[in-house]
Amino acid sequence: MVPAATTVTPQAYLQAQSRWHPLEIAFWLSTLLPFILFPNYLSLASQIAITALFALSLDIILGYAGIVSLGHAAFFGIGAYTAGLLSKFGWGEPISGLIVAAAVAGLVGFAVSFVIARFRHFTLIMITLGLGLLAFETANRAHWLTGGSDGLQGISIWPVLGLFKFDLYGYTAYTYSLAVLFVVFLGARRLINSPFGLALRGIRENWVRMPAIGADSRAHIRKAYMIAAAIAGLAGAVLAQTTENVSLESISFQRSADVLVMLVLGGAGRLYGGLVGAVIFMVARDQFSGIAPQYWYFWIGVLLITVVMVLPNGIVGGLSQMYARWRRK
Amino acid sequence: MLPPVFGVLFDGLAYGMLLFVLSVGLSVTLGLMNFVNLAHCAFAMLGGYVTVTLVNEFGWPFLATLPAAFIAAAIVSVALERTLYRRLYRSSDLDQVLLTIGLAFISVAIAAYIFGTTQQPVETPGLLRGSINVLGLGLGKYRLFLVGVALVVTVLLVAGLEYTRFGAQVRAAVDNQRMARGLGIDVDRTFASTFALGSGLAGLGGALAIEIVGLDPNFAFTYLVYVLIIVSVGGLGSIAGSFAAAVLIGVSDVAGKYYAPELGAFLIYLVMVVVLMWRPAGLFGRR
Repeated sequence: MVPAATTVTPQAYLQAQSRWHPLEIAFWLSTLLPFILFPNYLSLASQIAITALFALSLDIILGYAGIVSLGHAAFFGIGAYTAGLLSKFGWGEPISGLIVAAAVAGLVGFAVSFVIARFRHFTLIMITLGLGLLAFETANRAHWLTGGSDGLQGISIWPVLGLFKFDLYGYTAYTYSLAVLFVVFLGARRLINSPFGLALRGIRENWVRMPAIGADSRAHIRKAYMIAAAIAGLAGAVLAQTTENVSLESISFQRSADVLVMLVLGGAGRLYGGLVGAVIFMVARDQFSGIAPQYWYFWIGVLLITVVMVLPNGIVGGLSQMYARWRRK
Repeated sequence: MLPPVFGVLFDGLAYGMLLFVLSVGLSVTLGLMNFVNLAHCAFAMLGGYVTVTLVNEFGWPFLATLPAAFIAAAIVSVALERTLYRRLYRSSDLDQVLLTIGLAFISVAIAAYIFGTTQQPVETPGLLRGSINVLGLGLGKYRLFLVGVALVVTVLLVAGLEYTRFGAQVRAAVDNQRMARGLGIDVDRTFASTFALGSGLAGLGGALAIEIVGLDPNFAFTYLVYVLIIVSVGGLGSIAGSFAAAVLIGVSDVAGKYYAPELGAFLIYLVMVVVLMWRPAGLFGRR
C-alpha cells in the first residue's frame, strides 16, 4: 500500500504499484512446483492455468471496470471453437491458432461492447446472461459445425514450435498453458498499472464523474471489454489445443458462473485474485467431486456466502489486509 | 370446431400462467426492494418438495398442500431475510447476485441429498385430471385450474398493493425509506412481509409446477432463467408487465416447441435481449 501522502503524483503512484513484490516472484516460482511435486497431476495443473487465465480476463472487466457479466463463457467458447475448427480443417499450428482465436473472440467482444457500454445494473446482468445463453444455443444448434452436444471431434494439434508434442502426461500442456498465462499476466499487469487501468478503476467507482475529467466511460469500457474478450478467447483456445476436444460445456452458463465464483472467492480487482481463486476452486473440485459430485456445490455456496458476508475483498484481499496490519506492527 | 392452433395457444397460455405465478414474487421483491434475488426459484423448489412430501409421505390431498407450500417458503425466506438478505439491501448488485447464487447452490445440494436427483411424482386429485371438450378442443382440467389460480393471484396482488393499508406502506417504504420511517412505518417489517409474500408465491408456483414440468434438484436453476426473463422483459415491479411477459414467453415457448423445435430456446433468449436493448426497463417498466 502507498502511504496516503498529499505529495504522491499519479505517476509515482502507478510506478509504486508496478514494482514487483517479493511475494509475487515467490508466487510465480511456485507455479513450477507441480513439475517436481505432482508430476501425475500435470493435466489438472494445466486446467488450472487455463481457468486462471479465464478468471484474469473476467477480472479486467468485473474487478477493474465494474461490469458484472453472467455470460463471459461465450468468449471462452468462441476461442475454443475457433482454435478447434482451425485445427480440424487442416491448420494445427498451435501459436498461430491462439492468435486467430484471440482475434476472433476480440472482434466479437468489440461488436458486443457497444451494447455492453450502454447499460448498467440489472439490465446489464440480464443482457450478458441472455447473450451468453444465445451463444450456447447457437453452438448447440450448429451441430454440423460444432458437433453440438457430442463435442467437436477430430482436432489434432501440431507440436509447439515444431519441437514439443502434446504428451499424455501433460508436460507440454502445462508448460504451454503456464507460458501463455504468464505472458498474458504480464500484459494485464502492465495494462492495469497504466493510466488506462487507473481510469477503469475510476469508472468503477464513479461512472458519471469520469467523463468530467476527460475519460469517456463508454469508450474505456468498450476497450476493456474487447481486451477481456480476447483473453477469454485465448484461454478457450489453450483448452481446445491441450485437450484436443471442445465440448458444449466450454460455452455454458455453468462455466460463466464458475469463473465468477472463483474470481470473487480469490478477490476481484486485484490481478492475483482470479489466479488464487482458480487454484482453490479447481483443486477443491478435483478432490471433493470424486467423493460426491452432487454435493460439492454445497461447499461452494457456503464459501460464497462467507466471502460476501465477511471477506468483501476475497481471500487475497483478506490476506493482503492481514499482511499490511502485520507490517505496521 | 377450432383448428389445433388454439390448443397450442391454450397450452402456451396455461404454461405462461404457471410462469407468472413463479415469477411475480420476484417482480415484487426485485422491483420494489431492488434486490437481485437469484435464489427465488430455490424457494419455488422448496414449495414443490413440501407438496411432494406431504402428498406422498403423509397422504395429504394435493390441494391442501398448496397453502402449506406457500407458508413454508414464506417462513424460510423470512428467516433468511432477517439473517442474510437485509444486510445487503444497500450493497452492490454483484454482492446480491453472489449471496443468492450461493444460496441456490446450497439448496440444490440439500435437495439432492434429501430427495435424490430423480424426478418426483405427485398425485393430483381426480377432479383435476383429464380434460374438458370445448368446441372440439381438449382443454386439460389442470391447465384450466392453473389459469384460474393465476387470475386469482393477480387480482389479489393488484388489489392488495393498490388499495390496502399494507400496500400503501410498501409503496411508501420503497419510494422514500427515510420519509416512511419518519411517518412511523416499520420499514423493516414491511420489507420482510413483502419478501415473505414474494417467496411464498414462488413456493406456490413450485408446487403447481410439478404436474407440468416435474421437479428435481436442478429446478432452482432451470426455471430461474425463465423467471428472470419474464421479470426483466415485463419490467421490474410491474404486475401487469409480468403477466403480459409470462403469457408472451409461455405461448412462444410452447408454440416454438410445436412448430420450430430446431430453434430450441433460441427464440426466447433473442426476444429478451432485443426487448432489453430496446427498452432497458422492460415493456412496462417505470424507470
